[in-house]
Order: sequence, then structure tokens, then C-alpha cells
Amino acid sequence: MSGLLHLREKIIRHINILLLVYLTLLLSSCDGRPWNNPYPAVDDGKNILYSVFLQRPKHLDPARSYSEEEYVIHGQVYEPPLQYHYLKRPYQLEPLTAVSIPVPVYQDKVGHVLPDNAEPDQIAYTLYDIHIKPGILYQPHPAFARNKAGEFVYQSLTESDLEHVKILSDFKNRGTRELIARDYVYEIKRLAHPGVNSPIFSLMADYIDGLKEYGDLLKKRYQEKKKAAGDGAVYLDLERYPLSGVKVVDRYTYQIRIKGKYPQILYWLAMPFFAPVAPEVDRFYSQNGMKERNLNLDWYPVGTGAYMLEENNPNRRMVLEKNPNFRADYYPSSGEAGDRQAGLLDDAGKRMPFIDKVIYILEKESIPYWNKFLQGYYDASGISSDSFDQAIQFVGSGEASLTEEMKKKQIKLLTAVETSIFYMGFNMLDKVVGGQNERARKLRQAISIAVDYDDYISIFRNGRGIASQGPIPPGIFGYLEGKKGHNPVTYKWENGKLKRRSLAEARRLLAEAGYPDGRDAKTGKPLLLHFDSAGSGPGEKAVWDWYKKQFSKIDIQLEVRNTDYNRFRSKMRDGNAQIFSWGWNADYPDPENFLFLLYGPNGKVKHHGENAANYDNPEFNKLFEKMKNMDNGSDRQKLIDQMVAIVRYEAPWIWGFHPKKFVLYHSWYLNAKLNLMAQNSLKYKKLDPGKRLAKRRAWNKPVLWPVWLMLLVLILIIIPAVIAYMKKERRSMNMRA
Amino acid sequence: MFAYIIRRILYSLPILIGVNLMTFSLFFIVNSPDDMARMHLGQKRVTEGAIEKWKQARGYDKPLIYNEAESGVGKVTNTIFYDKSVRLFAFDFGYADDGRPIGEDILQRMWPSLAIAIPIFLVGILVNICFALLLVFFRSTYIDVWGVVFSVVLMSISTLFYIIGGQYLLGKLMQLVPISGYDTGFSAFKFLVLPVIIGVIGGIGSSTRWYRTIFLEEIGKDYVRTARAKGLSEIRVLFRHILKNAMIPILTGIVVIIPLLFMGSLLLESFFGVPGLGSYTIDAIQSQDFAIVRSMVFLGSVLYIAGLLLTDISYTMVDPRVRLG
Repeated sequence: MSGLLHLREKIIRHINILLLVYLTLLLSSCDGRPWNNPYPAVDDGKNILYSVFLQRPKHLDPARSYSEEEYVIHGQVYEPPLQYHYLKRPYQLEPLTAVSIPVPVYQDKVGHVLPDNAEPDQIAYTLYDIHIKPGILYQPHPAFARNKAGEFVYQSLTESDLEHVKILSDFKNRGTRELIARDYVYEIKRLAHPGVNSPIFSLMADYIDGLKEYGDLLKKRYQEKKKAAGDGAVYLDLERYPLSGVKVVDRYTYQIRIKGKYPQILYWLAMPFFAPVAPEVDRFYSQNGMKERNLNLDWYPVGTGAYMLEENNPNRRMVLEKNPNFRADYYPSSGEAGDRQAGLLDDAGKRMPFIDKVIYILEKESIPYWNKFLQGYYDASGISSDSFDQAIQFVGSGEASLTEEMKKKQIKLLTAVETSIFYMGFNMLDKVVGGQNERARKLRQAISIAVDYDDYISIFRNGRGIASQGPIPPGIFGYLEGKKGHNPVTYKWENGKLKRRSLAEARRLLAEAGYPDGRDAKTGKPLLLHFDSAGSGPGEKAVWDWYKKQFSKIDIQLEVRNTDYNRFRSKMRDGNAQIFSWGWNADYPDPENFLFLLYGPNGKVKHHGENAANYDNPEFNKLFEKMKNMDNGSDRQKLIDQMVAIVRYEAPWIWGFHPKKFVLYHSWYLNAKLNLMAQNSLKYKKLDPGKRLAKRRAWNKPVLWPVWLMLLVLILIIIPAVIAYMKKERRSMNMRA
Repeated sequence: MFAYIIRRILYSLPILIGVNLMTFSLFFIVNSPDDMARMHLGQKRVTEGAIEKWKQARGYDKPLIYNEAESGVGKVTNTIFYDKSVRLFAFDFGYADDGRPIGEDILQRMWPSLAIAIPIFLVGILVNICFALLLVFFRSTYIDVWGVVFSVVLMSISTLFYIIGGQYLLGKLMQLVPISGYDTGFSAFKFLVLPVIIGVIGGIGSSTRWYRTIFLEEIGKDYVRTARAKGLSEIRVLFRHILKNAMIPILTGIVVIIPLLFMGSLLLESFFGVPGLGSYTIDAIQSQDFAIVRSMVFLGSVLYIAGLLLTDISYTMVDPRVRLG
């Protein structure tokens, strides 16, 4: 009997504990702070932007980094001389640290200045003098720290000095200095540094005078130093090695000498590759013991931008904080039509940045990211396919609008056609689909009609995209809208609308190509084509089936040759792929950056370039060479039209689609406008933290009744067991008695 | 016992060399150093020169396993395999392809992995053993039958479902805990509640059935009858006698995984945004970072061997008849 009493006491004790837990939960919920808030209470109501990163950035060194995900972080830290206007469209360059947009000065071979309208073949060099604004300061950093005597504190560190150093903030002293022209020159030199391995070195070596030779010289010196240093750190003082094509003119002016004419250099001057790097920062990071502690420019960027990277823990989060030394920079006071009505000019003339701190959190999966956005814990979000229907509905006119659930939360939607293209390419070196003969061209044209990318966009992209009419996306000079811009090979213009050409026309072209009803007229064998892919995941099978279905519409059999990514890349390099899908995202808003994808000397197989289809048409090539150096205007447009007409007719690509970006943001996130070119757009953004706090509290009240229901069910399940146990114990006690 | 431990450690050396060789072969059958360079350098404007520089900087410009150009021992030592493998035995993991020291990453990411794995492990054992003993106590009754059915149902559901369902129910609908995230110190508690609950529930099915079988085997033995005859309550019989005697098979399953707790959980860490070693390994495989993959496989092998050794040692503690020699 004492056993039973003991058990009863235990049960009562457990019920008491449960009640205590309940009361604790009740009390803790009284302050109104949501239980599911992932952020510390001290940050409530603070002017902090919460965003995500999906993968750890590989590089934050401006000379190495070449990815959108990385630009999001270091684009706020580094300041190249130029930037894109935040609001104006089409995209316009404007000075950032430069005083003005540099004006080209053309020279002939002997150095005589040529007039502005000189023919490109007369121009031997183009000079760009870039004047930067005085008084711009670097963010506080130990590399600049000096003692009272004016000597650098951390430029001659020994291993014992570094004994207790693990992260950058372990250096207690920080300093700054003014940005000068020398820093920009230093960074351009770094593009040729063999230890940096910049992805644009080869490209820039073709244009910046002397850069290629400079790269060879640095390679030699670097190897010598490496040999001498053994396992130690190698430091090349680039200031000791002059670069003929880039020089410091005065404290605030530097000059770049371009071989021939290359107006696109101005766009490159708006990219972090051309941001300043202070030589003392490079020297600081090149000291012995720094690499072992992961203290390098790739991890801790140092710039003059609105923000500085205060915490770099790509395993968990990255934190940008306002740069206390940031100069006076003001929100633009003009934009495009509609910006004023949209409230995008409300902050015109106000000093930026508006947000104090930005926390990027590692969020690998789309579901938690989406749900946390809906709970108000992220300020903006993209839309994954899983959540598309929850967020977006299409109204009668085909326009995307928000669902009622989103509207209720006052969430807003931004859309923009991306300056990218995804296409299906034919390998022009292939015997069946390649070549510029009539048979192959008609075959490609027939397939281009059959593969309906409007259908693809609707099925696989939830309508997020527009079918391409050629290689140039909207928003880039050279793109034409409406009838003028339609591809007559695959579409007709009827009643003011695009209409895809019929399958009958495709079949006719196929028959003219020598494949009536999808069979080789000579051999009678069915036409079997191969689609080479590096797809993985369950979604890919559906895409392949769709491709097969498109080809089968004109009785062509399509076989998918799937392989891993490495093998696929190798096939592409060797020219062994037949049909493939590929894409390109603009580096800068110029048609040259898309049309070069079809330029013969840029072929992948022969020249290791970006022309994946290996298309090589002498007429197109000639036009490209002329067009690429021209200024935007009617003459350039004419050439572009001719080039586009050639490639539409030759059909080396099925033009695919230009994706449309959908971004959702909360009502407290202000000055939001999609700018697909700017990398430093964070400084324009603004928050209303008070509103966010109130919304978070309203949206995230804990729902406790299911907990009690579950407990009740559990108790109801346990009670019969307890009764059964008691009975069993009583029975065995009776038996023993 | 000391001699036994030393002997086992020495036995483990050829195993680790074998594991290293296999990892190396499997990795480089699928990826060449050129592929790794291309993956790392991105998709745009990757030149042959850039690939060469990348390989040189990371020591991937040497032959894989045999260097014809060298003489003597250099034929073996001046290779990628030798360079990348020998240091591992001194637990020098080197640098990841992004330049970060792997050892430091492991040290940093080990704690979040442990923060999830240890509570799941301990609470899981407690819950599973108690549940299994409960079923054994009510053996051949409706509670036992439905308990086993319940276990089979739990076993049949994918972990992914538990994760997404748990996040949806507790994080999204009931809004009791954050859906994902991680913090250090005591702040980590609110982030760990959900993954730990899911981890425990996900393991109940199979473990309960396993323990139930072990306990049922024990319950018919003479010592149990003796204990009952002494007048002990059923609870005392189950927890004091049966549990103690069933420890050997239980320990076989449990102790071996203790060291592996360091390695983290791939799915839980990914979905809950926990920066542990599980997600570290997955990321490395995806980005073809051989340095990390090799280090993690090596570490996993070492820990597994350590687990087996610990299991052997633990036998001597629970069963005085076992002697290691």
C-alpha cells in the first residue's frame, strides 16, 4: 500500500511542476514579447535591418569577388569611383567618389590627341582622368592605427604580438586616413597579382595598357619571394612596381590608359573590382601569422562605404554597421516618373545611410526564411516556388498582384525584368544542329518555333519572366519593344500582339531541312537529338519531360544526356554537347555585354570564351567589333538591329526567357526600389522600427490552447495506464499476501 | 587494459590510411582539380590561367598519387595525396578552399552540433528506455499493442516531415518558438527546443522497439522471477534489475555514437539554420571543397574508432565478467 501512496505523491508532485511551468510561461508572456522572436530583447525597436544569406561568401576581396551574393555584403563597404543612380531608369552612371564621370581623351599611336568623333580604328589609346573627392575617410581599422609618434602600430607585428589575436577586433587600436588616388591605382595593380587571381585580369589585360606585362612581372617576383619565404607570408609591395597604363596624377587624380577604345570601362569603374585598397591594409594583412588567423582582405574588407563589416561569421551571421567616418552623402532628389507618388523621393536631400546596422543571417532553407518573413522577422523576401501561390495571384489582365493574406499584412510587391537571359543553345560545331548551312538553319528555326517558352514560364516559373525575342534583355540599350522588337522567325505580330508561329510552319521548315515528319529524308531514320544537362533534383525530370514534349510536337525525338556538373562543363569545353541550356547575367547595362556571347572569337571550344554555342558568323563579328566601341545612339541602334536580325535568322539559340524578379517587403521597409545594377543600394533604404515592433507583437502572439489540449489527451491516455498499473500492483500484493 | 587500448589505437592506423585513400579516390574520380578550381572560381570569365593559379596556390598542381617526374621517395611524397593526407594524422586539417583554417571552423562549429546532439541523445535515451519499459510492463495488453503500432508509425515517417511539421505547428501556427536560428550561451535555449523535440520524437519509434525486444528477452529470465519472489514492485524489477542486465546490448548501440555526436545532424542543422558540423560537411560536398570533406571523413573515422573502443571499455564497467586483454 505504501508503494501506491508513494506513486500518488509522485503524480501530485509532477502536476505541481506542470502548474509551475504554466505559470512561468504565463508570466513570461505578460511583457508582450513574442516567444518566437529569434532576436535578443535588447534589439527590439532598434534601427536594424534583418536579411539573409544563403551560402557563405567565398570572397570579400574586391579584386576577387564576382558574385551577386558577395556584392550584397562588400558592395556596401567598398566604393568604386562611379555608381548607378538609385532611382533613374534606364540605368545611369553617376559619380560616387569621383567628382564627375571621366571623359575619354583619344590619342593616336604617337600620342596626339584626337577629336571626340575619331574613328575607332584611328584611336590607339584612350585616357581617362579620374578625379576623386577630397576628404573621404576610410572606416576605422587597425591597419591605419598610429602611435603618438605617428608610426604605424600594427605594421611590423611579430608572432608574439599576435599571440592573443584571433579576430580583427582583438587589435585594440584603430585609425583612419583620407582616400587618395594612389589607393585606386593600387587596386588596379592588384588585379594582376598572381596571389589574388582576379577573375577579370585576362579581360582587363586586353584593355588596360601594360597590365598583361605587369602580370608577368609580378608572377616572376612573386615566385622568387615565395621561394625565399618558404612557409612564411609573401608580400609584394606593388607600389615599387609601376604599371604603365595606370598612374597617379596628383593626390586626388589618377589616370587609366586604355588600349584602343573601350567605353565599357566606365561600367567597370562602377564595380568593386575598381574600388580602392589602401596599400597599408594590404601590407597589414600580408604579415606573418595573419593567414593562419584568417585575417585577410578576403575576410575583413576595408573601405570608405556607408557600412563596415563588423562581424564576419559566415557560419552564422554577418553584421554590417554604419561607418562612423562616412562622408556626407545625400539621398537623390530626382528619379523616374512615378517615384514621387510612390514615396521614393520623400527623403530627397537627406543624409544617408538611414539604417544603423544590418544583420545577415545564414538561412539555407526557403521554408523557414519565408515563414520568418511572414512573422516580421525578416524585412524583405524573395518568393520561392513553394510559397508563390500563397503570395501572388494573377488578375484578369495577367498582372501579378498580392493575395489577400499578403495585403492584410500590408506587404508590398516589387517586380522587375532582370538583365539576364536563359536560353537553349545549339552547339554550332555539331554536325546535325550546327553550321551555317540552310539545312541546319531551318532545323534550328523549326525547333525554335516548337519550343514554347511562354509555356515554360507559365509552368516552371509561375509566370515570372518574359519570352525573349533576342539576346538583349529589356532595360539594356538596343532592346526594342513591341512590333519592332519581335522575333519574326518564331513570332508573328497580329492585332498588336505577339503570336507564336504555328507548328505547321515549324513542320514545313523541318521538311525543308530534310526531315519530313521528323525523319531523315535520305535514310528514313527518325531524327534523334541530344539535350546535354547537368541537372539534379526531382524538379529537373519535369523540365526534361517538357523539353521532350516540345520536340515531339514536330516529331523530333529528344534524348536527355544528364551528367554531373563537372562532366557537363567538360563537354561544353570540348564541344561534345549538342543542345544545352545556359544563361548570362549582365555585368553592366550595355548591349556589348550580351552580344559578345555570340561573337566568334569568344567561342568556348576554340577560344575558351563565353560564346557557349560557338557561333561564328564573320558578318556578325564585323558588326560587333564596330558596335562595341560606339556610343549609344541611332547609329549604334542600327548596327544592333542588324546583328540581332542575323542571329534571329541563324537561330544559334532558342531565345529562352528573361526572368522577372519578385521581391516582397514589409510596410516598415521604406525607399525600396529594385535596382539590378547597383551594388551599394543599402544606404538608400530606411526602416520604421517602431511600426515593425508593433506588427511583430500583433502577429506573433503565442497560441497555447493546443498545448493544453495535448496535455489533456496525454493525461487521458495515461490515466487508464495508471489505473491498470495500480490494479496490477494491488493484485500482485494480494497474491503475495 | 592499457595495452589493449594501445593495441587498438595502433590497429586504427591502417584503417585510417585506408579510409583516407578511399575518400581521396572517390573524390577525385568524380572531381578533378580543374573541376574544383572551376567550381570555386565561378562561372564567369574563368580562364585556363586562373585555373592554374588556383591549383598552384592550393597545391593541386601536383600529380594525384604518383609523381613520375620525381625520384626516390619524392615519387610518393610530392603528390596531392601525400600533401593532403599526412598532416591529418597530426590533426592538422589545413585550410579550406576559401582560405579559412578548417581546424578553427571545426572547433567553432562543434559546439552548436553538440548543443543539439547531446540533449537529443540524453533525453532520447531516457524517453525511449522509459517508453520501452512501459510497453514491457504492459506486455500483451492493448497498451503494448498500440505502443508498438505507434512506434512503427513513428518509424515510418521521414525526419523531414517531423522537421517541416514541427516548424509549421510549433513555430508558425502556435508561435511558441523561433522557426529557425541559433544563438550562443543561454540565448540558444529557445532555438534548441524545437530541434531537440523533433530529434527525440524522430528517434522514439526505432529505439523503443529495439529496447522493448531486449527487455522482453530479459524479463523471462530466472533472476527476474527471483526478484519478484522477493516481493519487489514491478517498477523496481524493471528499473533495477532488467535495465541493469540489459545494459550490454544497450551500450553497444549507445556508446559507439557518443563521439559521433560531434559530427552533428545534417538535416536538423540545415533546416534550423544551426551552424554545426553537419551543415559544414554538406556545404563542403556541394562546393567540392576536398580539404573539408577529407577532414570531416577523417574526423568521423577517428571518432567512430574511438566510439568502438569506448564501447569495449564500457562493457567492463557494466559486466564484471568482461575482461579486455
